[in-house]
Amino acid sequence: MDFSISQDHQMLADSLRRYFSDKYPIELRNKAGYSAPFHSPEVWTDLAELGVIGAFIDEDHGGFGGTAQDIAVVFEEVGRALCCEPLLGALMGARLLALSGQDQAAEDIVAGTARAAVAIFEPGVVCNLGAISAEARQLGGEWRLFGHKNAIYGGPGADLVLIAAHAGGKIGLFLAQSPDMQAAPMIDGGGIGDLVMDGLPAACICEDASAMIEETLDLARIALCAEANGAMDRLIAMTTDYLKQRQQFGRPLATFQALQHRLVDMVMELEQSKSITIRAVASFGSDDQARHVAMAKNLIGRAGTKISEEAIQLHGGIGMTWEYAGSHYAKRLVMIDHQLGDRHDHAGRLAAMD
Amino acid sequence: MDLEYSAEEIAFRDEVRQFLAENLPLEIAAKVDAGGELEKQDMERWHAILNAKGWLAATWPVEYGGTGWSTVERHIFSEECALHNAPRLVPFGLSMLGPVLIKFGTEEQKREILPRILDGRDWWCQGFSEPGAGSDLASMTTRAVRDGDDYVVNGQKTWTTLGQYANKIFCLVRTGTGGKPQAGISFLNVDLDTPGVEMRPIKLIDGGHEVNEVFFTDARVPAANLVGEENAGWTIAKYLLTHERTNIAGIGFSLKDLERYRRMASAMTRDGRKLSEHPIHAAALAELEADLEALQISNLRMLANARDGAASPIDSSLLKLKGTQLRQDILALMRSARGPDAAFWDESPANTNSDLPPHADHVAPTYFNNRKLSIFGGSNESQRNIVAQTLFR
Ligand SMILES: Cc1cc2nc3c(=O)[nH]c(=O)nc-3n(C[C@H](O)[C@H](O)[C@H](O)COP(=O)(O)OP(=O)(O)OC[C@H]3O[C@@H](n4cnc5c(N)ncnc54)[C@H](O)[C@@H]3O)c2cc1C
Repeated sequence: MDFSISQDHQMLADSLRRYFSDKYPIELRNKAGYSAPFHSPEVWTDLAELGVIGAFIDEDHGGFGGTAQDIAVVFEEVGRALCCEPLLGALMGARLLALSGQDQAAEDIVAGTARAAVAIFEPGVVCNLGAISAEARQLGGEWRLFGHKNAIYGGPGADLVLIAAHAGGKIGLFLAQSPDMQAAPMIDGGGIGDLVMDGLPAACICEDASAMIEETLDLARIALCAEANGAMDRLIAMTTDYLKQRQQFGRPLATFQALQHRLVDMVMELEQSKSITIRAVASFGSDDQARHVAMAKNLIGRAGTKISEEAIQLHGGIGMTWEYAGSHYAKRLVMIDHQLGDRHDHAGRLAAMD
Repeated sequence: MDLEYSAEEIAFRDEVRQFLAENLPLEIAAKVDAGGELEKQDMERWHAILNAKGWLAATWPVEYGGTGWSTVERHIFSEECALHNAPRLVPFGLSMLGPVLIKFGTEEQKREILPRILDGRDWWCQGFSEPGAGSDLASMTTRAVRDGDDYVVNGQKTWTTLGQYANKIFCLVRTGTGGKPQAGISFLNVDLDTPGVEMRPIKLIDGGHEVNEVFFTDARVPAANLVGEENAGWTIAKYLLTHERTNIAGIGFSLKDLERYRRMASAMTRDGRKLSEHPIHAAALAELEADLEALQISNLRMLANARDGAASPIDSSLLKLKGTQLRQDILALMRSARGPDAAFWDESPANTNSDLPPHADHVAPTYFNNRKLSIFGGSNESQRNIVAQTLFR
């Protein structure tokens, strides 16, 4: 048994952590993440140069990683720095392009010269790929898409949007170039899009894509769990520091046992979160993948929300302010539970597995 | 035992319902229902409508323009208001300063200030908390030094709710040193346009502007603005903070939010079935309904005790604790119901001109904003401390 990570991973984590602490202050993050294009093109270029996107796919497709562990290492640092660059879209997009044989496009994503986003789910369909209803039809030798895709992470301004739709009794994967979508910031920073398709032209890049989409979704869930672990770790550290500094009744808040115990419970949730993520990473690609990823997403949905609520509460009024970075960590952690199926959805999936 | 309201109370409730149906502007109720932020004129309009009816100052005696209602009638009124999506009344003049003046103010202060609260000429805000004094309010340091007929005030207040709309602030200021910190505190009314008083906005977690900081630099305030005796402010503050706690559990708001949730859940699908038939959501709703049913009875037990002048076994601290937890849990369930679309955010929350897609709404900002419920009004930890002190006395 050995829970240490490889030297290469440690180096990747260290260089990312250094980059974020030198070049990515919360003010930059909040400025970039809440107004169009909802990210910082300069930071994006830097991240591509640091090899962050390359870590998402293997060498055969222009990357240098592609394992669940590679992805978890990157996203844990992303979470620690509360980076709201559209990396989840890049991860899913690069994977799906590579798996569909779109090597040139995948390389462009890795190089940071093009941005990808994926549009799989729809209003009312958050987790169950089989329940989507978008359709692709061939009209005059061209594919046209019909339907409604929501919550497209990193969708605004994306060059390549990969869209799941029914065609010929299967779920295919289609590629649209910079489609027009309704764009908004997310409450936790970064861009999100809503795409109504009424004959949107697209290329079919895979006719039977269900398996690759499910696999990519699970990998993206692992990324979200790792991101949450980084963010929880940081938010707990901030809360601990704050309780040590803040004086009320002539003594630091950290001396009140009632508050100490609350911190202990937060740390316990974090350790559980780290462990279930390790479990999911190790099971990726095995028969246990779906079960362990669903467990991770469920547990971390609960832990992230609890840690956020407690962090805000223990800070008092300060935890409610925009100016305090902790409030943004708290929002991110709660909203991670809303991405790619929440705690209830994954509990439901687990209950239905045999 | 009889859990029902008396015939008179039911008649009163029907009268309130009819009034609300006829007089609450639909567009304001729609805004409240959608969870959007109200504008100043919305609040002022509702305030004026209630004032015209004589139903504004629920806790004041009739001689000062109040309703003279019993605690049960007050409870009925506030619950019905919430159920009809009436805007929440800004409490600082009506349920804080008003009762303080009625108990501790001079005749002149009552005659001058109370009518201006009622007719809306004055909008008061509350200047108690300071950056260094939150839960430990008695450690506040904003100083007021007597100089002739004035006090000269220096210091800072913070978290001043809706101060941006106010023209007046009531403050706790330090006038005495030595002895216990509680002993040197006075209660002082200040005009916000006094030279040396400056207000700055604080942006909250949901992007909204509802609180402010207020800075005092050599601000000269007439000594006649003192309420009660010099150095007797702590007693007044305690009275203010514990007065009128009949609505502390926020039952009406929880009832209304659960109703909104049910509406959402029956209109939404989730992965191929109705959300209301999703077993986990249905079980969560059932538990919240059980909690709320019990809390309503707890609240009535407290009201009945207050009416009969008996010491209540249900401390108002317990009602505040459970009421805020329940409300926060309901808002969390509504947030989950919205799924991934909860992330869509619109920085201008007055939702009439919202850019959100129609299937997104304000559930996430509302959830984050209401984390405040367990922090202000005496934090939930402070409430636990109060109950524990009684238990282990
Ligand atoms: C949205 C909002 C609006 C507000 N509006 C107003 C207003 O209009 N006017 C006004 O004067 N104030 C207002 N307040 C201030 C509010 O009353 C304070 O935030 C509250 O008293 C808590 O103080 P604090 O924020 O300084 O937290 P702190 O006192 O620093 O507390 C931090 C945490 O420690 C806990 N804690 C503190 N002491 C103890 C203890 N002895 N044992 C256990 N736990 C403890 C607290 O419960 C909290 O969880 C508002 C606050 C908010 C968030």
